[in-house]
Amino acid sequence: MSDEYDNNKSYQAQSSEVIDGSTGSVNPDIDYVRPAEVGEQDLYHGHSFIEKWVFCQDAKVIGVQYFLTAVFTGIVGLILSWLMRLQLGFPGLAGFMTAEHYYQFVTMHGMIMVVYFLTALFLGGFGNYLIPLMVGARDMVFPYVNMLSFWMFFVAVAVLMASFFVPGGPTGAGWTLYPPQTILEGTPGSGMGILLMLISLSLFVIGFTMGGLNYMITILQARTRGMTLMRMPLTVWGIFTATVLAMLAFPALLVSAIMMTLDKVLQTSFFMPTILKAGEVLEYGGGSPILFQHLFWFFGHPEVYIVALPAFGIVSDLISVHARKNIFGYRMMVWAIVGIGGLSFFVWAHHMYVSGMNPWFGFFFATTTLIIAVPTAMKVYNWILTLWRGNIRINTVMLWCLGFIVTFVNGGITGIFLGNVSVDVPLSDTYFVIAHFHMVMGIAPLMVIMGAVYHWFPLVAGKMLHEGLGKWHFWITFLGAYSIYFPMHYLGFIGVPRRYFEMYDSPYMTSAVGMNEFISIAAFIVGAAQFILVFNIIKTLKTGKKAEQNPWKANSLEWYTSTVPPEHGNFGERLPVVHRWPYDFSVPGAKDDFIPQTTAPSEVIHTEVEKT
Amino acid sequence: MHAGIIFLLVIIGSVLFHIFTPWYWTDIASNWGGMDDTITLTFWVGGGVFVAVCLFMIYCVFRYQHKEDRRAEYKPEDKKLEKILTWATTLGVCALLAPGLIIWNQYVNVPKNAIEVDVMAWQWGWQYRLPGADGKLGTTQVRNIADNNPFGINPDDPFGRDDIMVESDVINLENNRPVKILLRSVDVLHNWYVPQFRAKMDAVPGTVTFYWFEPNKVGEYEVLCAEYCGVGHYAMRGGVEVQDKADYEVWLSEQETFEQLSARYEKLNIDGNKLAKK
Repeated sequence: MSDEYDNNKSYQAQSSEVIDGSTGSVNPDIDYVRPAEVGEQDLYHGHSFIEKWVFCQDAKVIGVQYFLTAVFTGIVGLILSWLMRLQLGFPGLAGFMTAEHYYQFVTMHGMIMVVYFLTALFLGGFGNYLIPLMVGARDMVFPYVNMLSFWMFFVAVAVLMASFFVPGGPTGAGWTLYPPQTILEGTPGSGMGILLMLISLSLFVIGFTMGGLNYMITILQARTRGMTLMRMPLTVWGIFTATVLAMLAFPALLVSAIMMTLDKVLQTSFFMPTILKAGEVLEYGGGSPILFQHLFWFFGHPEVYIVALPAFGIVSDLISVHARKNIFGYRMMVWAIVGIGGLSFFVWAHHMYVSGMNPWFGFFFATTTLIIAVPTAMKVYNWILTLWRGNIRINTVMLWCLGFIVTFVNGGITGIFLGNVSVDVPLSDTYFVIAHFHMVMGIAPLMVIMGAVYHWFPLVAGKMLHEGLGKWHFWITFLGAYSIYFPMHYLGFIGVPRRYFEMYDSPYMTSAVGMNEFISIAAFIVGAAQFILVFNIIKTLKTGKKAEQNPWKANSLEWYTSTVPPEHGNFGERLPVVHRWPYDFSVPGAKDDFIPQTTAPSEVIHTEVEKT
Repeated sequence: MHAGIIFLLVIIGSVLFHIFTPWYWTDIASNWGGMDDTITLTFWVGGGVFVAVCLFMIYCVFRYQHKEDRRAEYKPEDKKLEKILTWATTLGVCALLAPGLIIWNQYVNVPKNAIEVDVMAWQWGWQYRLPGADGKLGTTQVRNIADNNPFGINPDDPFGRDDIMVESDVINLENNRPVKILLRSVDVLHNWYVPQFRAKMDAVPGTVTFYWFEPNKVGEYEVLCAEYCGVGHYAMRGGVEVQDKADYEVWLSEQETFEQLSARYEKLNIDGNKLAKK
């Protein structure tokens, strides 16, 4: 990296000379990029249908496989949320809805959306597709392990879905799976259901570790010539940092899943104290339920950022491209991603202020939690400062980005309520919490996913999604989701507790009946609106307008492949050589309002490039 | 253009909703007004930031819409601006954190004159115990729990004999007297929560947790379980009745001590045996 930097300096000195017009020739040094240190990767090209589309080693195909599988789980999660809202808004309308079912739906909805949908989609889906393309690699460094990663995930999903069909049904322990109730009778699915859940989670972690090693090592080792770390698109930074977090956080989930499996199957007592059930003392003793919570949230809080950081990264790139302006404060953005990632390991117990842990922890975790607000706020400022004095295309992609900013800031602010220990006391375990985390880690990342789908679809499929349908999709989703979760905070103020199948005639709920009906109807509409995208994709694939290469006039490498959609190997004969960061938009003196990363300095000699 | 207007309406709508919402706090009935005040402060600061950020964003959407002949500004960094924003945010965060920590400090330090109330939770109900004349609760063990000893009080513990057993899921409390709620559970996690008191804490099997508050409004309140505890979670209700000192004393004198309860069961047993012999 260091000679790269010196190189740039000499380039600037040279270029000013050129502009002065004192020399006629350009110093050949200014285009110099260090040669590659290792030879090119050998790729295994599939020969049969199975090798090309099923057990495929091409990261792009694996990315699409991850994406589709995750979307399938997401649709299951969506249907479960409809059923929950049906019960909450119109209790008794669905005859089959018992309390058991309700809690099973709540649990599966939560676990599916957080782990199997969002995590798999961002890292497995976007990570696989974009990392090699964006850093200028032919593929992931371990393509075979990458393929195994997806199939492990696939098996994890199959096991999870199987739990719907076992005796007793899936677990209804809440997605946090707090023992002791998780494995005791009295909680639905405490037999086979919870076992399959724990097995599925373990498989997920194993599969994810295979993928995660690939993402990390590809980014660290397989970048193309000239792609320094500080020239990587923020998407890659976000996915990279999230992967590091996942590598450190998921083991905590794995061990707690294993320990709980042992508690369930072999009657060990990791998390089980002496328990009296139905007048009899069970064969447990001496375990700590709070220990599980520590392990779970040591995973669970970084997990929030495993979802959020890729979203941060992607949205930065989308905003920059469509505002035709460099991302403001790139270095600050990178350090904020890394800083948030690091801090996220020191805040886990803010989920446990009222868990019965030593209350003195509250001081520490409230402080660390509010510190994390600072780099997060910086990111928000930089997004809106990127818009400022930009040349903003208000297209579907940008709308999703703007929707992200509104929902993310809203959810971030309510996070300051909940992180601030004594403010959390009245609000914890109420609908305020539900509203907060859905806004900040449900809707906001979803906005980014949608924006990313509209943005990269022309690359993946070679066709442009329909703009009009896209805008309808956006407005219904954004306005609907906002009107679900914004008023929901106020239910929390009243004191309505979460995870209530029914409220009877408690004054807390009777005053909120109308609101619950409204929220449910909005939820049905928002859910249904997602099928606009499905329709749009099918229609576009059949009859859509063919996309030109690089339709958004972006700079990053994925748009400069030899073919669209890119083939296995991505870049044709020669790998691209990178000369600059991906944010050279609207550079004064340049012919176009964008300068691709591959453009050599000598080709744009009269521009006033500041950062390369 | 439409986009900016709709976003603007969303922000205005949010503010109006907040001002005119019929859904807001239940009337507070304890000393934890400070929590409400911190929430209000956070609302002003956080809400202000939310509105400011969104309005700035909307302004940009109006002002810098794409035009073919225009170029965006090219300015990768502005160290000074970034520094100002960092420090301003840090300051704001400190201003919110400080009152939060001060109130937490009160929350974890129970006043000396607080009366202890032992709350025992199980799937799915509540039971209460108060210290007797000696002012101390007897020690307990889950394995001792039986019909004649619902809390599992150690029979050898002299402090336990005069403990007052409340045979109801409603507990009475004296108005304007701090209460230290001791929470225990025999099976899974629970949480003894009265929205009007604001305070809450999980009951964890295997350990005793606590929190405190001072009720300051006479009346009846509903207790909710606030930690998911299995399929009956939503139905796990109880009650609190806050009374003036005189009424409270009357109620207290009507309750049975552990000793009386044991004696009653012994008598029941003897009577039962007699019946069996006949």
